[in-house]
Formats: sequence, structure tokens, C-alpha cells
Amino acid sequence: MKRIKAGIIGPGNIGTDLMYKVFRSERLEMGMMAGVVESEGIRRAASMGVKTSVEGAEAVARENDIKIVFEATSAAAHQKNAPLLREAGKMAIDLTPAAVGPYCVPCVNLDKLSGEPNINMVTCGGQATIPIVYAISRVAGASYAEIVACISSKSAGPGTRANMDEFTETTSKAIEAVGGADRGKAIIVLNPAEPPLMMTNTVIVRAKDKGVAPERITESVTAMVGEIRQYVPGYKLRVPPMIDGDKVTVIIEVQGQGDFLPPYSGNLDIINSAAVAAAEKLAAGMLAGLGGEAL
Amino acid sequence: MSGQKIHLVDTTLRDGSHAVRHSFTEAQVSAIAGALDKCGVSIIEISHGDGLGGSSYTYGFSQVDELRLIEAASAVVKNARLAVLLLPGIGTIERLEEARAAGANAVRVATHVTEADVSAQHIAAAKKLGMFVTGFLMLSHMSEPGAILEEALKMESYGSDYINLADSAGYLLPDGVRARIEALAGGLKVPVGFHAHNNLAMAVANSLTAIESGATYVDATLCGLGAGAGNTQIEVLAGVLQRKGYDTGLDFYGLMDIAEGIMPSIMQRPQVIDTGSLMLGYAGVYSSFLLHVYNAAEKFKLEPRDILVELGHRKMIGGQEDMIVDVSYQLSQGHGRAN
Repeated sequence: MKRIKAGIIGPGNIGTDLMYKVFRSERLEMGMMAGVVESEGIRRAASMGVKTSVEGAEAVARENDIKIVFEATSAAAHQKNAPLLREAGKMAIDLTPAAVGPYCVPCVNLDKLSGEPNINMVTCGGQATIPIVYAISRVAGASYAEIVACISSKSAGPGTRANMDEFTETTSKAIEAVGGADRGKAIIVLNPAEPPLMMTNTVIVRAKDKGVAPERITESVTAMVGEIRQYVPGYKLRVPPMIDGDKVTVIIEVQGQGDFLPPYSGNLDIINSAAVAAAEKLAAGMLAGLGGEAL
Repeated sequence: MSGQKIHLVDTTLRDGSHAVRHSFTEAQVSAIAGALDKCGVSIIEISHGDGLGGSSYTYGFSQVDELRLIEAASAVVKNARLAVLLLPGIGTIERLEEARAAGANAVRVATHVTEADVSAQHIAAAKKLGMFVTGFLMLSHMSEPGAILEEALKMESYGSDYINLADSAGYLLPDGVRARIEALAGGLKVPVGFHAHNNLAMAVANSLTAIESGATYVDATLCGLGAGAGNTQIEVLAGVLQRKGYDTGLDFYGLMDIAEGIMPSIMQRPQVIDTGSLMLGYAGVYSSFLLHVYNAAEKFKLEPRDILVELGHRKMIGGQEDMIVDVSYQLSQGHGRAN
């Protein structure tokens, strides 16, 4: 099968895990792993037969056959790299908080983003919870939605730790923009328990329409869980929709696939899996459009 | 130690908020904050019990927006610093700026005892706003003195004016308090404080031990109003410290008068060590969970003790009130030890 070449900027834990996911993909293949210095991640990619560079986005931009680029660096780096990638005609999938482009939660709004040269993957907690907010709001409306994401301390990197507000604020905004709630609120807790806990997420929605049959909410949420499980098999309902007047509570657990990062890092797995799922859909479109001849 | 200045930090309007299910009104705040200010406390803390932005399904909605309560307190507090609590992950810098504008001039930035580095952003922002900042480490029974000092040093390096150690589960006994406070007092340049819960009836004794071990700030509340079995009862501690010869600057009789004159009309339940509170202290569970556990026990027809013990097994920490529902659901489904 024809595959679209993808580049990854940022050979850290996230970038390396993305690379493993690209290896597994039937639509994508690795075009380049780029960093800005020699690093363990660059050496690991090279040892696995991937073309590497320490010239960052510039090097990726020069690779004509790379169509899709994952940015797994920092918000500041992506602000700088985004115009470069755009000029080079690359589709950018942004895993940083830069949010140059619109928020993307693949199972909710990817099909509404066609033509966007740059999409942002929100946050790990956003990828885990916004589909549920949406699943409830599409049948019962949502005047308010609140999420609590608990991740193990070990899977919270220095970027997250240095900027907790970025997580809460970005996730809150995307609960509104993508989840369909009038008002969103996000909370994050880092739990240091050993052995590390699986990521858990609580979603609580205040429904607008109290008259909706509970089964409709449950069906909608269950269907959404099924869709997410297509790209995150370890996504499961711990507590199915509990309906109490206009309050709907759902609790989810996310176990990672253990590609490069351990299974307890479900938070990192879900944002990476969502990014790759988005890239695969885009790649399928490119392959269909191009008929494969240019590849 | 006689003659040593001890700063009392009253948190009736913050930790006490848990005990009244976040129902404080502007009139109650004016009465309490104004009276406390006249009694010589150094800091008056006010906000939702889970800190700025805590008003939510998960932690309970505030009856009156905390910013209005801060304004009400600010209007009557003349001498004490007016502090808010902020838990990174719940509260944000934007909310802190609003609290500053409403009249707060101090903030206590609280993290779990092993996660101090998430406070760097908020402590730096608070200093930039010209606020007096406390680095606040929660659930200190879950870590050891040496490791706690490392986390406290981080908070000191971010700019904290003092470091407060909280026994959020009311689990520690005096020897555990002594070891932890001595480690901090010996290793930090800034002063050290202590925050007790009374789940094992140790709050006053532990507060006294903390002071004898080098703490110069100590948290307390009127009538002990607070999460779980409550906090150190300020009017009792004032009497104890007076007898021990510490300089607290407190009006002992004045505090007793507020406790007896204002508090009974505000309190929704007696501040006692009931079975649930005792289990918090015994199992080492975050005190704020208590009333949420009672709610869940009723809803799921469970024994509150079973929920609390399971929360302890799972090592749930501050802010994880949402997991009370998860534990209750799993127990109600017959999943004894879920995961």
C-alpha cells in the first residue's frame, strides 16, 4: 500500500513514541526525525533506519516528499516553525500548546477542518475528555462541562509542570469550542503513587435538555467510546453515564499502548494516537486525491 | 522559646469553607474577618476551600463567588494580610490577578508534597503582583523529612516568603511533625509554618510540637472549623501559647468571643471527630473528602468507612474528590478492591 511520508520535529519522548506509531501505520511512513542538537532520540531514530537531522524545521521543510509534519517541541518553537512549514506546503499537526491552527479532536471535528494547513491537538486531557463532552452535548446540550484529568507524576514532563495553566486554560477553551459546552472548566491533578496510576478522567456535564431519555445519552457516549478505541484500544469507561437530574457524570480510564512510553502514560498515548489518527485520515485523502502517482 | 514571635494564620474562611459546603456569605465574611483582624492574627485566608477556582461540581459550588467574599473581607481587614489559596491545576494566574484586584495581598500556593515544581509559575506570578507568598506542601505524611526538604527548597527558590507544611489528612503524630518541621527549619532560609487537622485529636498538640520544632507560622480556625474533624482551634491554641509564654499578639478573650458569638449561627454541623473523620486520620486520606464521601455513601448505599479505606489504598491525593464517585461505583458493583 502507498504511504505518505511524515516528518517529526522534536525527538524527545513524545516524538519518539510518535515515530513508533508511524512505524505501525498503514498510511504513513517516516520521512525524517529532526531535532536541533544531537540527542538520544536522534540516535535512536537513526539506528532504526530513519533519516535524521539536527537542523530542525528547516531540514524537514527541504524534504519534498514529506507531506505531514508532527511538531512535538514547544509552543515557542512551533510559533517559529509554523510559517516555515506552511510555505513549504506541509500539513502541520501541532502537539504543542502554540495553537497556531484550530483545535482538532479527530473523532469530533477532523472532517470540519479540511483545508486547514495547521491543526492543534489541544492537550492530553482534552483528547481524553472532549469526545465525551461532545457525545453528551450532541444529544442533550451542555450549558457547562467540567473535567478532572488525573495523570501519574511520572508521565508529566517538565513542560506540563512548568505551565499548569496552559493545560487548564487550553482544555477549558477546547471543551467549549470543540466539545460544544457553553462554558468549560478543566482541572488537572498529578498523582505520584507507585506503581504509577493509569490516567483517569472525570467528565461532568450540565445538560440543557433534562427531557432526554437516559438511554440516548448512554448510547451516544458508548458509540463515542467505540470510535476512540479504534485509535486508543486502552480507552475504557470506568463509570458509564450516571444521570442525576441535569448532571451527567462519566469516568474514563486510558491505558497507553506501550509503544515507546509505558502503559501508565495513557495521557501521552492518547494525544499521540489522536495526532496519528488525524494524520492517517489526511494521508488517506492525499492518497485518494493524488492517485498515488506523485509518490 | 519564651518570647518568640509566633504568627497565627486564620483559615476559617478557607479551610472552614469545606465544613459549611462553601456557603459563606458576604455578611458572614465581614463579621468574621473584621473581628479576627481586631484580635491580632497575622494572616487571614479566604477562598473556596479547594482554593481559587475551586467552585465546581467536583469540589462543590460556592454559594457566593469567592471574589465577592474577598472584597467583603478586604473592606474590613486593616492590619492582617489577606491571603488566598491557590492549587496549580485548579486555580490559575488569571484568577489570582482577579483576587489581587479584589483585595488579596498574599497567596498560599499549594501542591502535593512531592510535586513542588508545579508551583514555580504561580509563585513567580504572585511575586510579580507584589504579593506575600507562602509555598504550601500538602499531605506531608506521604513523604519523608529529607525528601520534603528538597521540595520545600524548590518553593523557596521560586520566591516563597515562608514554607507551610500541611498534615492534610490529620494523620501525623507529634514525632512525625517534629521530624518534618526540624528538617525544614534546619534546611531553609525562610520561616516555616504548619497546618494541622484534628482527625486524631492531635491538632493543638501537633501545632505546639511544630512551634517547639522551629515553626513560626501556624494555621488555625475559629472553633476548629475545617475539613474532616477540622483544624487547630484558634482560641484554644491562643490560650496554650499564652501559657507557654510565646508572643502571639493575640487577643485571647476576643477570639473566644468570636467563637461563641458568631460561629454557632454559621456552623452546619458540630465540629467533632466522628467516625468518618477518625477514619481519615487513621487511613491517611485528604480531609476535604469527608463530606463528599458522606454524599456518595448515601447515594450508593455504602458504608463511608469502606469508601475512605479504599481511597487510602489507592493513594488518592488532594483534588481527587472525583475519585470518590469512582470508588463508590466500583464498590457498588461488587468490585472490592478495584485495581
